[in-house]
Amino acid sequence: MKIVLNGEALDVRAETLSELLAEREFSGRVATAVNEEFVPSSLRIAHRLSDGDRVEVVAPMQGG
Amino acid sequence: MKTFYGTELPNPLMLGTAQYPSPAILEQAFRESGAGVATVSLRRESGAGQTFWRMIRDLGVLILPNTAGCHTVKEAVTTAQMAREVFDTPWIKLELIGHTDSLQPDVFQLVEAARILTEDGFQVFPYTTDDLIVGERLLEAGCEVLMPWGAPIGSGRGLNNEYALRAMRAEFPDVPLVIDAGIGLPSHAAHAMELGYDAVLLNTAVARAGDPVLMARAMIRAIEAGWLAHQADPIEARDMAEPSTPVIGKAFLS
Repeated sequence: MKIVLNGEALDVRAETLSELLAEREFSGRVATAVNEEFVPSSLRIAHRLSDGDRVEVVAPMQGG
Repeated sequence: MKTFYGTELPNPLMLGTAQYPSPAILEQAFRESGAGVATVSLRRESGAGQTFWRMIRDLGVLILPNTAGCHTVKEAVTTAQMAREVFDTPWIKLELIGHTDSLQPDVFQLVEAARILTEDGFQVFPYTTDDLIVGERLLEAGCEVLMPWGAPIGSGRGLNNEYALRAMRAEFPDVPLVIDAGIGLPSHAAHAMELGYDAVLLNTAVARAGDPVLMARAMIRAIEAGWLAHQADPIEARDMAEPSTPVIGKAFLS
């Protein structure tokens, strides 16, 4: 399946959001959004990805 | 000191975490200033996020995530939702940028986003201008704190419009008010506190100083001095001199 992850076009095996995080080896404190909608961590297992989905995975960063 | 959504701060300094020469210096700046609130952000995870998170957590301060760089309500709301989950706090420093060069807030979208987030249980700290009516609308939208800018973010110009900031303080005597952005020098921060503001939020002035740790110490001392001065009820300025030494009883020597 072709998706866009943090702005990068990728071909992935994952079918759900949680599988995608595992496949791309994300861990620790991250938050997710798919197609500009927030997906809470509790819903990642059930969230099925579709071709062309835009996925954002964000983490804590310095800020003012 | 006023509370921020029921939370008392150890002192009136909120300190940003960006732009320090190193994580060690950031940490020392926090220790030196005793700042009780750290602003943070969310960015695409590239591996550095987890190390940063552990360091911030170990500071033992309150976390105030921001929505820096957001230009639309939708973007800001989604960012706030992600921040609430990652940082485990209902606090959000709501920034909705309207102008690229001045980073002036888009106050129309700001009010709309503040309403949506408040209804969703967030405790919103809106980065706003010194406009009184916008302030009123933000309070109506559910905000219990207002954070007017002193000057554009990172400009170090101090309090650009003292008149408007005084008016804001007078208009909202019971609302916790924070000067957010524009502070360059400790005297600017002291000035904000002398006007009766409840806290100062700054980042660049400390992080980009030649010696950030020394500047952090200077800032907290100035903030505390301004804070004490406000409580001490300063004298009014006057146009003419008034002798401070008693006139009566002076010897005739001429």
